[in-house]
Amino acid sequence: MAQIPVLRDRCLISFSLLGGLILALTVLALMNMTVRELSDIPHLLRVAADSKVIDSIILTMAAGANAIVILMILGIPLAYVLARTDFRGKRIVETIVDIPLMLPHTVAGILVYILFMKRGLIGGPLYDIGFSFEDAYPGIVVAMLFVSSPYFINSAREGFEKVPVHLENVARTLGASRFSAFLHVVLPLSARYIYNGAIFSWGRAIGEFAAIIMIAYYPMVISTLLYYRFTTGGLKESSTIAFIMIIACFSVFLVLRYLSHFIGRHDDRV
Amino acid sequence: MLQIQNISKDMGEFFLDSVSLDISKGEYMVIIGPTGAGKTILLETVAGIYEPDGGSIHLDGNDITRAPPKERNITMVYQDYMLFPHLTVEENIGFGLKSKKVPSDEIHEAVQRYAEMLHIAHLLHRYPDTLSGGEQQRAAIARAMVMNPWALLLDEPLSALDSKTRENLRKELKDIHEITKTTIIHITHNFEEVFDLADRVAIMNEGKIVQVGAPDEIFRRPKNHFVAEFVGATNVFKGISTSENGIASIKIGDIIIRAHSEIEGDAYISVRPEEILISTAPLASPIRNAFPGKISDIRHCGAMIRLNIDIGVTFVVALTRQGFEEAELGIGDCVYIAFKATSVHLFPGKSTTE
Repeated sequence: MAQIPVLRDRCLISFSLLGGLILALTVLALMNMTVRELSDIPHLLRVAADSKVIDSIILTMAAGANAIVILMILGIPLAYVLARTDFRGKRIVETIVDIPLMLPHTVAGILVYILFMKRGLIGGPLYDIGFSFEDAYPGIVVAMLFVSSPYFINSAREGFEKVPVHLENVARTLGASRFSAFLHVVLPLSARYIYNGAIFSWGRAIGEFAAIIMIAYYPMVISTLLYYRFTTGGLKESSTIAFIMIIACFSVFLVLRYLSHFIGRHDDRV
Repeated sequence: MLQIQNISKDMGEFFLDSVSLDISKGEYMVIIGPTGAGKTILLETVAGIYEPDGGSIHLDGNDITRAPPKERNITMVYQDYMLFPHLTVEENIGFGLKSKKVPSDEIHEAVQRYAEMLHIAHLLHRYPDTLSGGEQQRAAIARAMVMNPWALLLDEPLSALDSKTRENLRKELKDIHEITKTTIIHITHNFEEVFDLADRVAIMNEGKIVQVGAPDEIFRRPKNHFVAEFVGATNVFKGISTSENGIASIKIGDIIIRAHSEIEGDAYISVRPEEILISTAPLASPIRNAFPGKISDIRHCGAMIRLNIDIGVTFVVALTRQGFEEAELGIGDCVYIAFKATSVHLFPGKSTTE
């Protein structure tokens, strides 16, 4: 891509200034917090070494990753069908996919809770055989799965749509089954979309609070722990946890972003 | 023998309406027709990408109407190459054999053989996006041919290429067909490809096959108005050309027609009916192509009159209604026709020695 000399283009200058405002807001918030937190290093280290905080961060990220793995197994086939077929009622299916995007998170939480609670339609029979969602790890995963699914499905679908159907047709005339053509042609050529979709939905899953506490207040994900400490221990305690979470998320997502350049290198060729 | 019987398929914008076509083993069939005629769906249905709504397809007696593409041994090449961008040229060509779980040394050998046949052996390690259009299409043809298919389907394979490359690749398609005797079904808009490659040509319009026949037959005896309009030139004849100093003499039956061309051997000529002069007395002009003949038929086509003039072969001549009435012509009259050597279009033709 050719570099445009920004300084000589008035439009780009004004756009950069306007765009800078939104960046400034984020940077200001981060700096403000960083300065506060770094003013009391012993306190920061004490909170950072708190096993409850560490466990909660690990729990949140692991449950998110767990939700994304399930989402990939179920969402990739759905995204492929939506990308490649046209059928009566497709608009309705698309809207169903998007529902978690539109609902307030508490509403999503109620939906998940009613379905997976001990007396719920799915939760009930599973509880009878000793599998509980209420106040348990599976409850967190299922709430995360619900709220983050549209991000992943839509991104994967966009990736599949970008792969020309003729490429698949050619593979199929060359002795490949539809599944084999999907595996060897479509999937490698939409890897970046799937990867980015997974990162986005993981981020969304990690950030969830309202939907999770409805079904699983315990074990505490980081949002729950933060809210609990905020209401019981006050701002100093909770803002330090927030700061640690920011550092953790920023580092992880920076690495993931960097990796995406290597993962989707074939996407550009389509 | 590939037998397509009453195939119908409705895909909204594109459709097939009871298409029947028999293609013999080793035949080079060219399909022409306007955009939206359903040519590509016909190929994709034959390849098994779509299941037809009605009708059947038999290959050497076996019903393959509902067989998945991978079991048909029919391969396909699209206009825009459709090489797998994440694989090297070698991996692209070997893709089908790998799907069939052929041992890798055999794959390597076969890939090498077809890459050499298509003059891309030096490009095997490259990725498709580093290749020119012509090179990509060669790789796509090699990828389809390496499967030793019963039939090779070509969907406007030369349309995206520049004219020089198109001509070279056309020659190579002809060579490949002669060497391998593979059945080829080739879609095109280009009449040169029809004359140069086709054993038979099928004309499609609105989801139907309108006419099938040898190229000169289609051009000379269009079955209906659509075919006549679509093919444009109606005076098409097959002959043998010899060329000297840029002037070709084409022997067609007992007559010899001159044209400006260096094409030699089997060839087709075409002359537009509007470019032929007609008179009741010999023309005293230096026009090279002047022949005496007889009017064998007169047809009224709107503002134009079309006359069939038998000069040994039958030429169609177009006159305006006014010109026709002033000349007072009738069936059986002796007339003279003449046309310039520059009005004669000469196409290389397919040898029919077999």
